[in-house]
Amino acid sequence: MSRSLRTALLAGLLAGSAPALAAAPLELRPTPEVDLPFGDDIGFPAGPGSDVIASNCTACHSADHTLNQPALSREEWHAVVDKMITAYKAPITPEDARVIVDYLARVKGEP
Amino acid sequence: MPQHTTLSSPSRRGLLSAAALGGMGLLAGRARADTFDFHVPGGPSTRPMTTTYPEKGRMIVQRTRPPWLETPFDVFDTGVFTPNDQHFVSWHWATFPTHVDTGSFALKVHGLVERPQALSLRELIYDLPRFEIAAVSQCAGNSRLYAQPRVAGAQWANGSMSNALYAGVRLKDVLDRAGVKGGATHVQFGGLDEPMLPDAPKFVKALDIDHARDGEVMLAFAMNGQQLPMLNGFPLKLIVPGWSAVYWIKMLDDIEVTDHPDPSVWTTRSYRVPDTPNHTVEPGQKGFGMVPITRNLPRSFVTNLKPGDSVPVGAPQPVRGIAFGGDRGVAAVDLSLDGGRTWQPTTLGRDEGTYSFRQWQATISLPARGAHTVMARCTNADRVVQPMRRVWNPGGYMSNQVETLDLVAA
Ligand code: HEC
Repeated sequence: MSRSLRTALLAGLLAGSAPALAAAPLELRPTPEVDLPFGDDIGFPAGPGSDVIASNCTACHSADHTLNQPALSREEWHAVVDKMITAYKAPITPEDARVIVDYLARVKGEP
Repeated sequence: MPQHTTLSSPSRRGLLSAAALGGMGLLAGRARADTFDFHVPGGPSTRPMTTTYPEKGRMIVQRTRPPWLETPFDVFDTGVFTPNDQHFVSWHWATFPTHVDTGSFALKVHGLVERPQALSLRELIYDLPRFEIAAVSQCAGNSRLYAQPRVAGAQWANGSMSNALYAGVRLKDVLDRAGVKGGATHVQFGGLDEPMLPDAPKFVKALDIDHARDGEVMLAFAMNGQQLPMLNGFPLKLIVPGWSAVYWIKMLDDIEVTDHPDPSVWTTRSYRVPDTPNHTVEPGQKGFGMVPITRNLPRSFVTNLKPGDSVPVGAPQPVRGIAFGGDRGVAAVDLSLDGGRTWQPTTLGRDEGTYSFRQWQATISLPARGAHTVMARCTNADRVVQPMRRVWNPGGYMSNQVETLDLVAA
């Protein structure tokens, strides 16, 4: 089934059977095709360890996620990286974890 | 480390849209810059604005992938229902599809049930009674940006909350169709998003069986009279009125009836708060219990004035805003012009339901030139009142202290 046919079908399903809807009946219009941005244009500022954080910390979320964090203490950064490894199963070696904590404490600044 | 290419593959193209750009005109003039400055110290305070996410209007980018898109606060002054194209967006894993085949989509109901189900959208729409409810969806970490001291997590200002009128079916009716077996204690929910890495935990949440069958928890296939935007969970979303949005599973396709509480890290390790009054502790404090985040708490905001606005001295000044009561309705919203010593009532707007935003308004007059503060305080139908003391906990969750707006009378 083509996309537009499915669109029309669902439009029919929803509009035809929605007497209870308070709002106007559904009118579905196809949108221009759009991709979600990946965020690979956002990089970690270059410096010691930037390659290590880039390869360990962008699989699950784009770099702006980490860069938008506030200034945190080394202990807090350590807890963040540890949570990524133990709770969300990020495969990060202890050496890389140390480099990443150093990088974040330096680049993000401490409070 | 494996790099996922799903997001840029052609199969992710092509979206259905119900997006009405209706509400946009009001904001376009004001928010034309490409960055938004929250003016909060202690970290980066600007974020890009975007209009390029599918079915979304102008939003603040808190994170590109998976998207965290914040509703610009001006939107809340335009009415109690947040336009779908500016309803905030939050995903945990970036693997959710941007195209769902509505013909083959099936909602599985399994586990401790007599008749396991695979319900099509057609069956959900035609075969079960229709149910509608207005409810605020609020991220547990809404307002984390303002935590003092700052904490890690999504750095939301006050815009990871949105209100909509949802239409769909009651979860109770879906469970009854499957026939819950004796011994069932919980219902666990999952969506089409899968973890990014093979060992990582799938995002799931659970409710206890009585809550799941309370007749208000529902599965929505429409919001504000339109199908859900893909980024808000098309084609089906779990709506848990009065509870934190972390429970509102998007692209819901899996309901499992179980005999045990949710074992996932999303409940046992994250999304937890201290069991202290107002979930508040001192930074560094130890020796308190942690409990899962559940219900929303009362909040209120001024929406027609911004921090630092200047108002004419001695003249009548309309003040207007929104409030919600959390898991109970709004009983009252009061204002204080003297730092919380005395309070004056406001007039509440139309009641759209227990879990909805409610508008309020009042007229104040600032007697003398200079700096003034306006505080807004919501009391809910259970007499739960917003605290004056700042809420603080290590996760930056459930912030709901009385907001203070700084004004200048001139
Ligand atoms: C296996 C996937 C994965 C990897 C790899 C990963 N993260 Fe995360 N990260 C997550 C998830 C999931 C969350 C929780 C977000 C949510 O609640 O939706 C998160 C949250 C965070 C947070 C917010 C704090 C919190 O407790 O939620 C920070 C900061 C963060 N990650 C930094 C990092 C850094 C630095 C790295 C590299 C060392 C990293 N992440 C690697 C999955 C990952």
